Amino acid sequence: MNPEPGIANHNPEPRTPNPEPLLRVERLTTVFDTARGAVAAVDEVSFDVRAGETLGLVGESGSGKSVTALSIMRLVQPPGRIAGGRLLFKGRDLMTLDDRQMQAIRGAEISLIFQEPMTALNPVFRIGDQIGETLVVHRRATRREARGKAIELLRSVRIPNPESRVMDYPHQLSGGMQQRVMIALALACQPSLVIADEPTTALDVTIQAEILDLLREMKAALGLALLLITHDLGVVAETADRVAVMYAGRIVETGPVRDIFRRPAHPYTRGLLASIPGGRPGGRLRAIDGTVPLLGDLPTGCAFTPRCPDRFDRCPTAPPPDYPVGPEQAAKCYLHEPQSAINQQSAVTNQQLPYGPR
Amino acid sequence: MALVEVSHLVKRFTRDAGWFRRGVTVAAVDDVSFAIDEGETFGLVGESGSGKTTTGRCMLRLIEPTAGEVRFRGENVLAFTRARMRQARRDMQIVFQDPYSSLNPRMRARQIVEEPLIIHRIGRRAERRARVAELFDLVGLNPAHLERYPHEFSGGQRQRIGLARALALNPSFLILDEPVSALDVSVQAQVVNLLMDLQERLKLTYLFIAHDLRLVEHICSRVAVMYLGKIVEVGPTASLFAAPQHPYTKALLSAIPIPDPDAPRQRIVLDPALINRGAVLREIAAGHFAAV
Repeated sequence: MNPEPGIANHNPEPRTPNPEPLLRVERLTTVFDTARGAVAAVDEVSFDVRAGETLGLVGESGSGKSVTALSIMRLVQPPGRIAGGRLLFKGRDLMTLDDRQMQAIRGAEISLIFQEPMTALNPVFRIGDQIGETLVVHRRATRREARGKAIELLRSVRIPNPESRVMDYPHQLSGGMQQRVMIALALACQPSLVIADEPTTALDVTIQAEILDLLREMKAALGLALLLITHDLGVVAETADRVAVMYAGRIVETGPVRDIFRRPAHPYTRGLLASIPGGRPGGRLRAIDGTVPLLGDLPTGCAFTPRCPDRFDRCPTAPPPDYPVGPEQAAKCYLHEPQSAINQQSAVTNQQLPYGPR
Repeated sequence: MALVEVSHLVKRFTRDAGWFRRGVTVAAVDDVSFAIDEGETFGLVGESGSGKTTTGRCMLRLIEPTAGEVRFRGENVLAFTRARMRQARRDMQIVFQDPYSSLNPRMRARQIVEEPLIIHRIGRRAERRARVAELFDLVGLNPAHLERYPHEFSGGQRQRIGLARALALNPSFLILDEPVSALDVSVQAQVVNLLMDLQERLKLTYLFIAHDLRLVEHICSRVAVMYLGKIVEVGPTASLFAAPQHPYTKALLSAIPIPDPDAPRQRIVLDPALINRGAVLREIAAGHFAAV
């Protein structure tokens, strides 16, 4: 296996030296202690988030994508715990920080936007005070300064009449407006990394489009990096620069967004793209067989084996390592093992499957 | 001939006045009319709160509508007595969005699917058992899992149980209220394929309530778009998706994220000033109506 996991290391060809990524997650493992022993929800996950980029982390429920987000913020609650790995943020390992130091990072350097703004906002405080609190805590702002800054932030996320809205309670706002408040809150201290966990899943499609536009604009204006967690490949295609695909606690494929959509290398990624409704109306969709496996009851070797149309005898033996499939693309699949005879065959499948423009 | 005909359906919800507040009446469904042909899949789309779920529930009288007519095979369902309504429900069934909350966790899968047969006094015990096994097979569930409880099934399997229950009485019309939106992406396609197969085999007519417009485009023959309780546009899917006319439909279709990084994108933001509230539906292409 590759001695140093991480996307940058899979590049077989020389290229311009990559500056230190903003966040490097190295072999992160987060387990949940159950009566039947520890179950890994996140299993040796490695990826980089570069300054100013959007990395789309794609996966279905139970794939471990949300636990990955909580682990980066070190907010995993018992019975969950981080069992290993490093979280290098601007060169510092977040795992070595004490609670007080970590508190200074959360919200100020890295902030988190949740799926359900109504549950993430405190219902008994005015939204202006909730935004202001972040500034008072992290930036030692006075109450008066905090109020002024909160109005400015609400205006920047395009909430109409911010001067009066600042006095509103969360329930007085629509879902889309609440999510704008969450974004204002996340941006209050000008973090360099924002983690957005399914930020638009609870919203209507027109509101989703507005929120994604807003995130894109904010990202460009403030030069921040975005780790966007989603199950929606359409959202990824519209927002991400690079993509990491998670399945059963592991990242099975990473690459630039265009390569992932044009030349998906892992059979799971190919299956996800192929199952999107499209093509001839009324035609059968290309479904992936079977169901997502339960953590704690994962198949041996590659966890996708039982559902994989391309499986062969090598797959259940051991979890596959990352194999490079392009200058910046890697897949954990034995089809791409350099000496694998099946490699030739996969090239054929590759040509048939990419999801093309409709 | 239309199998189901909804005309001038209205549902108002009223909040009574209290000591410190005035009463409020909102029309969740505001003069909605459409007809569904036998064997077709009719899509009903719109944002949350647009009234699409309420419309579906009013059609089965799970919620009593305030006014209007719902004709099923020509008969006005809203005029039925309780007993006649129960009879009619054998022919019109609903599959709910959430396969977690719509199955009783204390009942075995077999009991859940058998319950409608018991309620409608159909068959003897052995016949019912045979029918349940047949239904399990029909929706692609393993009959060896008949005695399991809902929590022992995955989301996709639970939705299949809900579907088996809905099909138990051999209905001809199914309301599918967001039937796959709670499922994992990789499983959604399986259930969609099953729904299409069942429609062919059993000659079913579907009202498909959904917010996933890509899916609606794929499986519906006609679509109605609801906005603030009214149908603002209705027509053949191909025509409506290719040439939307109402400002809301235009905004809605332009907001669908396209799973292709190179696709050109042109976002249309809804300008409420463009909406003519007083407009009535008028035909702008064959079978394609818009309130503009």
